[in-house]
Amino acid sequence: MSQPTTGLATRGLHAWFDKHHALADVSIHFPENTVTGLIGPSGCGKSTFLRLLNRMHEFIPKSAMAGEVLFNGEDIYGADVDPTEIRKRIGMVFQKPNPFPSMTIGENVVAGLKLAKVKTSNKDDLIEECLTRAGLWKEVGSRLKAPASSLSGGQQQRLCIARALALKPEVLLMDEPCSALDPGSTLRVEETIEQLSENMTIVIVTHNMQQAARVSDYCAFFLSGGGPGRLIEADETSKIFSSPQDSRTADYVQGRFG
Amino acid sequence: MEIIAPDKRKIAVRRGIVDKAFRGVVTAGSMISLIVLALIAAFLLYRGFEVFRDFGLKFFTSSKWDAGADDGSIAPSFGVAPMLVGSVVVATIAISIAVPFAVVMALFLCFYAPRFLRRPMTSVLDLVAAVPSVIYGIWGYAILMPHAKGWAETINHWLGWIWIFKVPVPIFERSPFIAGVLLAIMILPIVTSVAREVYSQAPQDQIDAAYGLGGTRWGAMRTVVLPFGKSGLVGGAMLGLGRALGETVAVYLVLNLVFKVNFQILASAGGSVASLIASRFGEAGPYELKALMAAGLVLFIITLIVNFIASSIVNRAGKSQR
Amino acid sequence: MDYFHFDDAQAVEPQRPWTRRRFSKPKRWSEAAITCAMWVGFAVVMLPWISIIATVVVRGSKAFYIDYLTTDMLVNSSDDPLNAGGVGHAIVGSLIMVTLAALIAVPLGIITAVYIVEIKGRFAKAVRFFTQAMSGVPSIVAGLFIYSMVVIGITHKYNAIAGSMALSILMLPTVTRTAEEVLKVVPRELRDASYALGASQFRTTVSVVLPNVRSGLVTAAVLGVARVAGETAPLLLTSQYFVKFSTDLFKNPMASLPTYIFGNLGVGSDNAVSRAWGGSLVLIVLIVLLSTLARLIGGRTRRSR
Repeated sequence: MSQPTTGLATRGLHAWFDKHHALADVSIHFPENTVTGLIGPSGCGKSTFLRLLNRMHEFIPKSAMAGEVLFNGEDIYGADVDPTEIRKRIGMVFQKPNPFPSMTIGENVVAGLKLAKVKTSNKDDLIEECLTRAGLWKEVGSRLKAPASSLSGGQQQRLCIARALALKPEVLLMDEPCSALDPGSTLRVEETIEQLSENMTIVIVTHNMQQAARVSDYCAFFLSGGGPGRLIEADETSKIFSSPQDSRTADYVQGRFG
Repeated sequence: MEIIAPDKRKIAVRRGIVDKAFRGVVTAGSMISLIVLALIAAFLLYRGFEVFRDFGLKFFTSSKWDAGADDGSIAPSFGVAPMLVGSVVVATIAISIAVPFAVVMALFLCFYAPRFLRRPMTSVLDLVAAVPSVIYGIWGYAILMPHAKGWAETINHWLGWIWIFKVPVPIFERSPFIAGVLLAIMILPIVTSVAREVYSQAPQDQIDAAYGLGGTRWGAMRTVVLPFGKSGLVGGAMLGLGRALGETVAVYLVLNLVFKVNFQILASAGGSVASLIASRFGEAGPYELKALMAAGLVLFIITLIVNFIASSIVNRAGKSQR
Repeated sequence: MDYFHFDDAQAVEPQRPWTRRRFSKPKRWSEAAITCAMWVGFAVVMLPWISIIATVVVRGSKAFYIDYLTTDMLVNSSDDPLNAGGVGHAIVGSLIMVTLAALIAVPLGIITAVYIVEIKGRFAKAVRFFTQAMSGVPSIVAGLFIYSMVVIGITHKYNAIAGSMALSILMLPTVTRTAEEVLKVVPRELRDASYALGASQFRTTVSVVLPNVRSGLVTAAVLGVARVAGETAPLLLTSQYFVKFSTDLFKNPMASLPTYIFGNLGVGSDNAVSRAWGGSLVLIVLIVLLSTLARLIGGRTRRSR
C-alpha cells in the first residue's frame, strides 16, 4: 500500500474504550477536495473513527488507539505534533448543535479565533464570509448581536459549521450533522456541504442512505457484527449503491438490515 | 473472524507552554487542602510537643489541669483524660439520640410524608443545618436547659438505680446529658440529610416486590429500605459524630467543665476537649497555651480519624448503589 | 340515518361529572400505628427547630431600637439599657472578615475543583480525599492553628486578617465541593466544541467552561460564606472582639456577630443577654438571606440550561 501524501488517510487504525475494542484495522484514504460518506448501522464505530481523525478521541476517559492517521502524509499522533494545531486544521461539526450558549451569534462565529488564538485583520468580513458559506447570512446577518440560543436547531447547526469554517480548516469532519434537523434545514446543510467541497475535504457520518447518495463522492461502509467495528468496503458512491463488492454492503444499502 | 489486535499506542500529548503553566498552577493550587492539613498538624505539634515530652502518656491519663504557680512553688500539671472522656460521652449521647430520630425523619420524608411537605422540608433542613452553633448554644442555655433539667430529674427518679443515671449531688444543670441533647438537635439535620439521600436510592423494584408479596409499607421499610441504607446511615452517623466531637461554643455554654472523669451523665460535671480550649484560652500563660495546642492536636487527629472512617463508609455505600 | 344519534346511549347512562376514584388502602392497626409514630417523630423533631427560630425572632426583636443596626458599643457597656449601643460594628466586622475569607477561599476552591473535574490529574482522588478530610476539621482547631501560626508567629496581635484566614480554612471545602458539582454538569458537548476548534485546555476552561457556570460558582461562594458567617470558636482565638467600628485589618482586633453574641452572653446581665439575642436575630437573617441568594442564583442556572 502506497503512502498518500495528500488528503487524509488512516493505516491500521484501532480504537478501544477501556477493554472494549471498538474499531479494528481501518485503512482508508480521503482524497483532497472530496466528500466521503461513512455509513453503517448504529454502534459500528463510525463516530469513533471520525473522532480519531482529529484527535478528539483522547478526551474520552480510558480511550486508547493504535495505527496511524496521516494528514498530508504526516502522522497526527506523532510525538512532536501539537494536537490543538491538528484540530485547527481539521474542523469538526457534531451531531447535536453546540453553539456556545453565553456568546452572541457573531461571537460564536469567531469564537475559534479567540480560543485558538488566531489573529485576524477584519472580524466583520470574516463573520459575513463564514455565515454566507454556511448559508446562514441571509437569515441572521441583521442580528449578529442576538444570543446564539435564540436560533432554531437548524440555524444553530449551520452556525456551528460557520464557526468551524472561520478557522479555514483543510478538512471538515461532520458527525451526523443533520440527524437533529428538520428536512428544510437538512437540505440547506447539504447545499452547504456541496459548496464547501470545492476546496475542502469533507468526511461525513450519516445514517441516511439518500443523504449519502446525494452529497458524497465516495462512501465507506462500516459494520461491527458483534466484534469491533470494521471497514467493510469503500468505493465511489455510485459503485457502493449500484454494485457493491460485499453482500453485506448490498444488504445494508438496500435497507435489508440496520 | 479472528482479530489480531496490535499493541495499544501511547497517545503522546504535546501541550503548549500555556497549557503546561495552567496545569502546573492548578495542580499546585489544588494541593492547598493537603498543605493546610499538614500545616495544622505541624504547627500544633511544634507548639505542643514540649507538653507531650514533659508529660508523655500522663497527658492522656491524668485528670489534673493546673497551670501551676508563677513562683514555681506549684509545678504545672496537665492531663486531658476527663475532657477526652467527656467529649466521647457527650458525642455518644448525641449520636444515640440523633440517629433514631434521623431514621424516622428520613423515612417520613421519603415514604410517609404527603407530597406537598417534601420539597419545603428540604429547605427547612438546609436552613436548620445552617443555623450557627452559637445560636444553638444560646437557645440551649436559655430554652432547652430548663426543660432538659426536668427530663433529667425524671430519668433520675425512675432509673436512678442504674449507675450512670445516679447523681452525687442533686444538681441537674449543665450536665453531659443536656449537652448531648443539644448536640443531637444540632447534628440531626446532617444525619437526616445523609439518611434521606441513602433511602431515596433504595431500589424501587425491591420495594415493589415487598409490596407484591402482600407486605405492608412498614414491611417494605424493614425488609428492603432499612437494610439497604444501613451502611450509609452508619456513615452519616459518623459524620455527625465528627461534628459533635469538634463542637465548641454550644457545648461550652451548656456544660460544666470539671476535671474529673465522670460517666454519670446526669450530673453537672462533664468535659469536652474543644470547650476546654475555648474556656482556658483567654487566661492561659505560655506553658498552658502549649498544653492547649497539644489538646488541639489530639482533637484534630481524633476528628480526622472519625471523618476518614465516615467518608469511606459513605463513599462505599454510594458506590455499591450505582 | 340515526346511527350517530346519541339519545339512546344517554338514556342508558346519564352523563355526569367524573368523580375520581380513590385507591382504597387496606388498613391494619399496626400499619396505622407506625404511620402515626412517623408523624409524632416528625413533630418531635420539628419542635426544637421551630422553637429556635421563634425564640430568636421574639427575643431578638426586643433588643432592636432605632439605631441598633448602625451604632457600636464604644461608649456603652453591655449592661446599659437597650436604647443605646448597637450591633453595627459587629455587622461591619463580620462582613469584612467573611469577604476577606471568601477572597482567599473561593479562588482556591475553584482551582481545586478545576483540578478534579477538568484536569483530572493523577492526584484527583487524593485531592478529593483531603478536601473531605478538611471539611471535618473542628472550627476551634482551625482557630488554634491560625493563632499559633499567624497571631503568635507573624502579627503578634489579634486582628481581622487572622480571623479571615481561620474562616477561609472552614470555607474552602464547602466552596470546593459545590464548585465540583457545578463543573461536573457542564455538558461534554461544550468542551468538545471548544477543543474541536483547536483551543488549548487553558482556553477551554477559562473562556468556555467557567463562563458557562458563572452563576453556579457564585452560588458556591455564597454557600461558603453562609457556612462560616456564624463561626464563633475560631474568631475567639484570632480576631477576638472589639467595641467599636474598625476597618483596620492588622492593628486591632475586630468585632463580629458571633463573638458579639458570645461576649454578651458571657456578661450575663438581662440587657447583655438581650443584646446576644438581638445579635442572633441579625446573624440568622444574614444567613437566611445568603442561603436564599445562593438558591436563587443556583436555580436560575438550572433553568437557563
